[in-house]
Amino acid sequence: MYDAGKIIPGLIIFLILITFPLWYSLGQSAPVLGYQVETPEIEQLEEKECVESVSYMRASHMRLLDDWRNEVVRNSRRTYINNAGKTYEISLEATCFGCHTNKADFCDTCHSSLNVEPDCWNCHSEPKESQL
Amino acid sequence: MTVNRRKFIGAGLLTLSGLALIPTVNVFAGIDKNKLSEGTVRWGIAMDMEALATKGPKVIEEAAAACHRVHNVPKIELQEEAVKWIWGEPYEKSFADQKHPYLNESFLNSLFPVLCNHCDNAPCVRVCPTGATFKREDGIVMMDYHRCIGCRYCMAACPFGARSFNFMDPRPYVKEPNPDYPLRQRGVVEKCNFCAERLAAGKQPACVEVNDALVFGDLNDEKSHIWKMLNSRYSIRRRPGLGTGPNIYYLV
Ligand code: HEC
Ligand code: HEC
Ligand code: HEC
Repeated sequence: MYDAGKIIPGLIIFLILITFPLWYSLGQSAPVLGYQVETPEIEQLEEKECVESVSYMRASHMRLLDDWRNEVVRNSRRTYINNAGKTYEISLEATCFGCHTNKADFCDTCHSSLNVEPDCWNCHSEPKESQL
Repeated sequence: MTVNRRKFIGAGLLTLSGLALIPTVNVFAGIDKNKLSEGTVRWGIAMDMEALATKGPKVIEEAAAACHRVHNVPKIELQEEAVKWIWGEPYEKSFADQKHPYLNESFLNSLFPVLCNHCDNAPCVRVCPTGATFKREDGIVMMDYHRCIGCRYCMAACPFGARSFNFMDPRPYVKEPNPDYPLRQRGVVEKCNFCAERLAAGKQPACVEVNDALVFGDLNDEKSHIWKMLNSRYSIRRRPGLGTGPNIYYLV
């Protein structure tokens, strides 16, 4: 092969570079999200439960909120019945922030460590913060 | 020219393929699939202009203030960038097409409260490219601010100038925000929502609540106060010739 001395090191460098994203994060622990769930309102709950199961909320709360706003704005329905048959008023302000009064320590902390920036608070009002 | 079977079938298929154009034609012809069905609620407002005249123009300001307070409408001084949901407009402007030389002066000079007419055949709904503006079953022309991209086609389409654009962030212009209703943001259009959120709570629209010269009700209900008023007195609507079918009536 002509120029093997250049081609083979070149190929090796190329392979290293192209697989960089794969091995770069090896050995690093998952990012620490560091958000805080507890609030005085949640302390007082008899059953410490969210609108839906925690695993569902963690994975799909954005989809739930999306459905909620379509329900209110487009379908004129303002009550939500969850999987267990419990009813909730559909409202970001009154319902979500009724329990999660610590938006900064809960929603914002998790979002900013994952680099998610919802634009909802351009328009929607934030809860009056209450901390433990 | 002779037509053989091959050509005939070919031409036939070509003709049939024209059916594919139907959806496009429907779009441009504006066929309204959401036509109100009979028997449903249709909200409307009737404004008693005589009662308003005796109260003076201040009541219009009060109604506007009440509306703008509950909906966090920013108060912007610059006229070109002002945001309004309901305001007073002289006959000259609000009923320009119904003017004639012998009209009573007091009438010409009096202010008419104007707002979104929640038209039956709303041009803003037809032009909205994202479906952000749509017609609810109860007749309310509603805006889904989450879908508004700020293209302002609706503003161009609305013959009543009932829509405002947020040229700047409205938050600094809302003195005491009502925490129960969201604001809007820069780059979206907004307008009167017929107090959809208050109706859902069983309340009257804010402008009607503070001003008993305005009557709110179901136009499809023959027992409603508004139906009886419209049935017993002479009323006009803005720009009826355009065929948009406003649901705001003025008793004169
Ligand atoms: C441009 C302003 C604007 C933005 C941005 C916005 N909203 Fe809204 N939202 C509104 C308005 C106005 C309503 C109507 C409230 C009503 O009719 O009660 C609403 C209603 C809702 C509702 C139902 C009623 C309520 O008050 O909770 C939900 C849920 C909602 N929005 C979620 C969201 C979420 C989630 C985001 C962010 C991804 C968001 N919104 C961003 C303006 C906005
Ligand atoms: C009745 C009070 C209550 C309401 C209302 C409520 N939550 Fe929760 N939420 C909780 C509690 C309690 C937890 C923790 C549950 C657990 O850890 O078992 C939780 C957990 C969550 C989590 C998962 C956090 C984690 O541990 O990963 C998310 C995300 C969340 N909520 C979002 C929301 C959103 C969005 C809304 C509005 C749609 C909402 N919550 C409404 C009480 C509530
Ligand atoms: C456990 C971490 C976590 C917590 C706590 C959390 N979120 Fe999220 N949220 C996320 C992640 C991750 C995404 C992005 C998901 C995606 O982009 O697919 C997200 C997305 C969203 C979105 C959609 C953003 C968009 O641009 O479409 C909204 C709205 C939202 N979160 C609201 C909330 C609210 C309100 C709370 C607090 C009541 C909350 N979240 C708490 C992790 C969290």
